[in-house]
Amino acid sequence: MQNFSITSPSNLPAAAAAGQNSDTAFIAGGTDMMQLLKNNVITPSKLIDLEKLSLSEIKSENGVLRLGAMATMADVAAHPVVRQNWPAISRALLLSASPQVRNMGTMGGNLLQRTRCLYFRDTGFACNKRAPGSGCPAIPGDSRDLAILGTSPHCIATHPSDLPVALMALDAELELLTPEGTTRRMSLSKFYRLPGTTPHIESNLEAGQIITAVILADQAIGRLSTYLKVRDRTSFAFALVSAAVALDIEDGLIKNARVALGGVGTMPWRVHQVELALCGQKPSDRVFELATLRIGEGAQTTEMNAFKVKLAQRTVVRALQAISA
Amino acid sequence: MSLPDTTRRTILGTVATLAALPTVSRADISEPDAVSGGLGLQNVTLQVNGQQFRVTLEPRVSLLDVLRETIGLTGTKKGCDHGACGACTVHVDGRRIVSCLTLAARCKSKKIVTIEGLSNGGDLHPVQAAFLHHDGFQCGYCTPGQIMSAVALIQEGHASSADEIREWMSGNICRCGAYPNIVAAVQDASGNVTEGG
Ligand SMILES: Cc1cc2nc3c(=O)[nH]c(=O)nc-3n(C[C@H](O)[C@H](O)[C@H](O)COP(=O)(O)OP(=O)(O)OC[C@H]3O[C@@H](n4cnc5c(N)ncnc54)[C@H](O)[C@@H]3O)c2cc1C
Ligand code: FES
Ligand code: FES
Repeated sequence: MQNFSITSPSNLPAAAAAGQNSDTAFIAGGTDMMQLLKNNVITPSKLIDLEKLSLSEIKSENGVLRLGAMATMADVAAHPVVRQNWPAISRALLLSASPQVRNMGTMGGNLLQRTRCLYFRDTGFACNKRAPGSGCPAIPGDSRDLAILGTSPHCIATHPSDLPVALMALDAELELLTPEGTTRRMSLSKFYRLPGTTPHIESNLEAGQIITAVILADQAIGRLSTYLKVRDRTSFAFALVSAAVALDIEDGLIKNARVALGGVGTMPWRVHQVELALCGQKPSDRVFELATLRIGEGAQTTEMNAFKVKLAQRTVVRALQAISA
Repeated sequence: MSLPDTTRRTILGTVATLAALPTVSRADISEPDAVSGGLGLQNVTLQVNGQQFRVTLEPRVSLLDVLRETIGLTGTKKGCDHGACGACTVHVDGRRIVSCLTLAARCKSKKIVTIEGLSNGGDLHPVQAAFLHHDGFQCGYCTPGQIMSAVALIQEGHASSADEIREWMSGNICRCGAYPNIVAAVQDASGNVTEGG
């Protein structure tokens, strides 16, 4: 690990201004940052500690939920309002990492976690995400855990986080602070970028911009929601495939449906075509199975990860069954 | 334990060989943090098991390395150094965390408790006693982390069943596979541990 300095600004404008330099990086819980630093995947000369910025509040007011960017994964998962009104968020967090890591990891940090693609994390390999233009050894290589949706010939790395899959399904917004001191909102659906020819640019967050909060406004769709995660071992593993689903059922018919997938996309992946196929239907196994057949549309699989199409379909069916039973 | 009282001059003189090894001296009062020299050495006062330690360190040094290499508390173990095994679990401000992913420089004014800080004089903490009683280990390497996690888990209220214990202990890997006895020990201790235990 290269050495660096750390500063702990006590106000947001100072932090955002300091974060504009290209050799600086923000540190929140530090759980991903430390791994990237230890492996020399990134080598900033200065870390800006976000801890003193008072961004850890979890607030629910008039049906709107505001999760401070520095709220820990553990605190958000355990929050009674989150559990009650947005169970998919609580579930996604409880199925993430370990209790220790959840006590450290934060909302903002989880949204910006880098891919777990082994080639990206090992500087001995080429990687278009880490060293633009160097090539992608994952496509002909070990691609079992990698993405089948949103890929490009330059990168098939999976977005590894669980939380944003649930947030994507529930139409979350982000509150950002720019280095100029203005606050702006951005829909999470506009936050992530597909790899295309620039896999090293993963989000539309600009240099120095700080995520200050995650905002959820629509409580109605959140209530009947869940998160289901399939992994190689029972606990403490990244998703092979995961699904966040939510249903709004009125008079026995699905009025509104939300489905998002983890473990299969280069970013947390909303599947609108499945949602459309569910709307207006009476919930049943047959309806769920037919709707989820559309999940494979547009998938680019390798021999090693082709199993994810069927696994994703079954995961969504199971999750829908769980909340409509 | 006697520790050398190293001055900044000697650190700066030997920094090439001691690049990641901070030095330590005990202090009763905490001094304001000073950034010194091109390598950004910092003076940080850490409170570990109720005692104050003044350490001079590079910002990149993990809490795990400071505990083991600098302060000399080697009960906390290094397994993966990447947050994935739980061997380095300690409590910071009452919560279990992995010390390998924690920067020591960010721990000033926080209360750190390690496995050495659990027992009360000669009396083992009830979770330590339960691990002995149930043979909750074989080689013992994962055990300090398992015990620190178990103590926290019981305080969190996550010990209501064997299944719940298994899930909430999943951040602690045991290569010897002592899991059945670990679960039994935690289950047993959860009936014993009093509040704040
Ligand atoms: C062993 C292990 C297993 C794991 N398993 C899972 C899992 O199953 N599921 C899962 O989802 N995650 C998992 N994780 C990842 C973990 O959840 C993330 O590392 C964590 O959420 C990151 O949060 P942090 O606060 O520690 O971020 P940091 O490491 O501090 O930061 C991560 C990135 O976010 C940026 N950043 C942080 N906060 C802000 C902000 N407010 N504004 C702008 N930029 C910001 C930082 O600059 C950095 O680039 C695992 C981690 C480990 C170590
Ligand atoms: S050494 Fe810290 S979790 Fe393995
Ligand atoms: S007792 Fe040997 S690793 Fe757990």
